[in-house]
Amino acid sequence: MTNPILEVSHLKKYFDIKGGIFGKSVGEVKAVDDLSFSVNEGEILGIVGESGCGKSTAGKSILRLIEPTDGSVKFEGTDLTDLTSEEMRQLRKNMQIIFQDPYASLNPRHKVERIISEPLLIHGMKSSKERKERVKELLEIVGLEAYHASRYPHQFSGGQRQRIGIARALANNPKLIICDEPVSALDVSVQSQILNLMEELREKFKLTYVFIAHDLSVVKHISDRVGVMYLGRMVELTDKHTLFNDPKHPYTRALMSAVPIADPDIERERIILEGDVPSPSNPPTGCAFHTRCPYAMDICKEVRPEFENVDDKHLVACHLYN
Amino acid sequence: MPEPILSVQDLHTHFLTDNKEVPAVDGVSIELHKGEVVGIVGESGCGKSVTSLSIMQLVPNPPGKIVKGEIKFKGKNLTYATEKQMRKIRGNEISMIFQEPMTSLDPLFTIGNQLIEAIRIHQKVSKKDAKNYSIELLNLVGIPRASEVVDEFPHQLSGGMRQRVMIAMAMSCDPEVLIADEPTTALDVTIQAQILDLMRNLNKEKQTSILLITHDLGVVAEMCDRVVVMYSGKVVEEGSVREILKDPKHPYTKGLIRSLPNIRTTEQKLYSIPGTVMRPSLDQVGCRFAPRCEHSFDSCWEENPKLLKQESGRQVRCFLYDEEKSERGVTSNDKSYT
Repeated sequence: MTNPILEVSHLKKYFDIKGGIFGKSVGEVKAVDDLSFSVNEGEILGIVGESGCGKSTAGKSILRLIEPTDGSVKFEGTDLTDLTSEEMRQLRKNMQIIFQDPYASLNPRHKVERIISEPLLIHGMKSSKERKERVKELLEIVGLEAYHASRYPHQFSGGQRQRIGIARALANNPKLIICDEPVSALDVSVQSQILNLMEELREKFKLTYVFIAHDLSVVKHISDRVGVMYLGRMVELTDKHTLFNDPKHPYTRALMSAVPIADPDIERERIILEGDVPSPSNPPTGCAFHTRCPYAMDICKEVRPEFENVDDKHLVACHLYN
Repeated sequence: MPEPILSVQDLHTHFLTDNKEVPAVDGVSIELHKGEVVGIVGESGCGKSVTSLSIMQLVPNPPGKIVKGEIKFKGKNLTYATEKQMRKIRGNEISMIFQEPMTSLDPLFTIGNQLIEAIRIHQKVSKKDAKNYSIELLNLVGIPRASEVVDEFPHQLSGGMRQRVMIAMAMSCDPEVLIADEPTTALDVTIQAQILDLMRNLNKEKQTSILLITHDLGVVAEMCDRVVVMYSGKVVEEGSVREILKDPKHPYTKGLIRSLPNIRTTEQKLYSIPGTVMRPSLDQVGCRFAPRCEHSFDSCWEENPKLLKQESGRQVRCFLYDEEKSERGVTSNDKSYT
């Protein structure tokens, strides 16, 4: 068994809702509420969930791009929440992030050269000749050409821009990359190019990914283990084969049955959930899913289910299994 | 075969950008019959949305212009219709749902206001009746507490609810054709399943014909009877859902289907089509897909392939199925294309 490179325990991120003339806090949005999981070295952990479930907030809180409210994040044994911002900055060399929107995450006024070399400069590569070499190397690694370095982001297509984002993330040889919906803004044919590239890079550089996405089929394809989030909490976490063949949590089942499959001959049971995801500023008591759950019992309204092992390494938060 | 309710013949819609003419839609023909659901599939920039806007005569002019082609709705040619005539058709006989439910509702008016406006433009009813009808419609599309929601503003609703309101509005005049342009792209999967279910019921109960524009082949498999695949402004393949998804002919369709990660099976590596979509241009000769196609040969670069038709209505635009051109004998078991 390999060691966990990242351990997240009881992570919470509450955003204050400001109101009134003095901007007093009148409530909280519980974006991430008691999230725990660990990622092993060299593994791809997928996190799926619908919009507003807190998956992106979780990704950013792990890197302390937004400060978590409570809980701890351990990277290779060091608790990140205790570090000063300077120590954190040093450590970010090892932890990088790729964002969803390749149009918004690159500065339109900088050339690719500068975009990719900035992290190099920040982390101490002073010689400009070395940086140029490294940029060239990185561009080739992600499947672009060296001459692309002198171009601006708007001269690239969406897929190419995402490649630039990946090159930038790779610049300082990180160990862990958090991928926040890296392919959801791309077309299908380009999406598969990027997914393949990310897999190649993982093998080549022994990377670990936390892969956040809303598309179940993409997550299934790339991940080793998958966690499902609902309203700021993890409801199910296991390896992908178990999750997709034997989903336990009613929400996971509904989510899977809702994914349209490009095959007209497949007949399957369809679970259509009623209503919308409740607001995270006023989450339901007990189990957050009980308002939409077809199997809700009395206990679900009152007691929040623990996130526990049901089978071997199959964690579920549901009263049905306890 | 009865007359199609909506037929698009050889449509060319061009845009004038930087003094260059871009043929966004380049000779597209589509037929939609009563009670049928036809899907238009393609990646961004393939011209699927411009096709639907052209049908509704909503292409902004300038820069856009329908330069050639015929759009017939129940025998009337819409390309010659005046703005006044079009207004009677839009929303009344042909309705449209857009991708982004956030931007297609006016944030300054209540849901009721917007529904009542749409109803009163096309039907002679009092405000009170229109409001009652709006509540009925909202109930029909599955909005809880419809009588309160009519007095709420769009920002008070979630994305799925807004899209339901859009569908309610589109259905308010019992249109015969519904054009849905990526109706579920901005929504979550569980909400998407609800909206697709709703559209399927409308189609079954009211025999509304639906032209569904999407990039998601999964949605196509669940909703459509027939599929039109577009690439770079042209139709590259057409056929029934089963034919297209199970037995794709055009290399682009094949590649598109193979590059989808499948939730059912596990493959080690995803197939990917090399390169990116070319921007359509007027002075381009040859197949638009040739630069990305692994089967391309000389003819593909020199001539424009024609849309080859089979009797069953199956169509494909590729030289591989053209007996005169193809030297590779792919056509040997596929002789019925003419």
